[in-house]
Amino acid sequence: MSAAFTVAVQTARFDPGAEMAQLAGLPDVGAQVCFVGQVRDFGDSQAVTALELEHYPGMTEKSLLAILDQARARWPLAAARVVHRVGYLPLGEAIVLVLTASAHRGDAFAACEFIMDYLKRDAPFWKKEHTAAGSHWVEAKHSDQQAAQRWQ
Amino acid sequence: MTTLNLLYFARLRDALGCGQETLTLDGAATVASLLDALRARGGVWAEQLDAARSFRVAVNQTVAHAGQALADGDEVAIFPPVTGG
Repeated sequence: MSAAFTVAVQTARFDPGAEMAQLAGLPDVGAQVCFVGQVRDFGDSQAVTALELEHYPGMTEKSLLAILDQARARWPLAAARVVHRVGYLPLGEAIVLVLTASAHRGDAFAACEFIMDYLKRDAPFWKKEHTAAGSHWVEAKHSDQQAAQRWQ
Repeated sequence: MTTLNLLYFARLRDALGCGQETLTLDGAATVASLLDALRARGGVWAEQLDAARSFRVAVNQTVAHAGQALADGDEVAIFPPVTGG
């Protein structure tokens, strides 16, 4: 049921509870795992006040769907969804949601972390940090490369 | 002749002062020959696209390698390593 594997890139907020409720009726699902990433006040610099997210329309969605396909090939998932926001996101705002549903929690946990690790390595999004002193593009992290590599 | 639709994103777009352009190369082209043509502009182009710098190239929205052949009408995006999530 490929309609259960979906992605969205949007400026609007998302509602994790509503996203999970969408999958509540699947009869073979015993576990849902929902990860939400949000804007914190430190990154490459201290006292971050906001992030600005840019993406590559078209390629980003294709990349996210390809990551969901890879996750489905490794774990028996009933459904998975990624929602990623773009634009100007002040401190505390949610950035990304990864939701997985499976018969058992182990597969849902593992798939959720895998999807998030691959998203950080492969999906064409770029962050700019805003502080009182100005703004700058965030540098890619070696630790994110390593996080994805451990699944290989 | 190979006419390409070039896209630049994020830090690279800011540094190059260009988000999109159309470029025509003589004869057959590859990702590597495109990058050589862009570096030949000198200045910020040579600096930002230096082989020692970290950037990615996607052809028609799929990550590409240097030897990949380019066809007329291809969309080629050049961007910094990704930092989403």
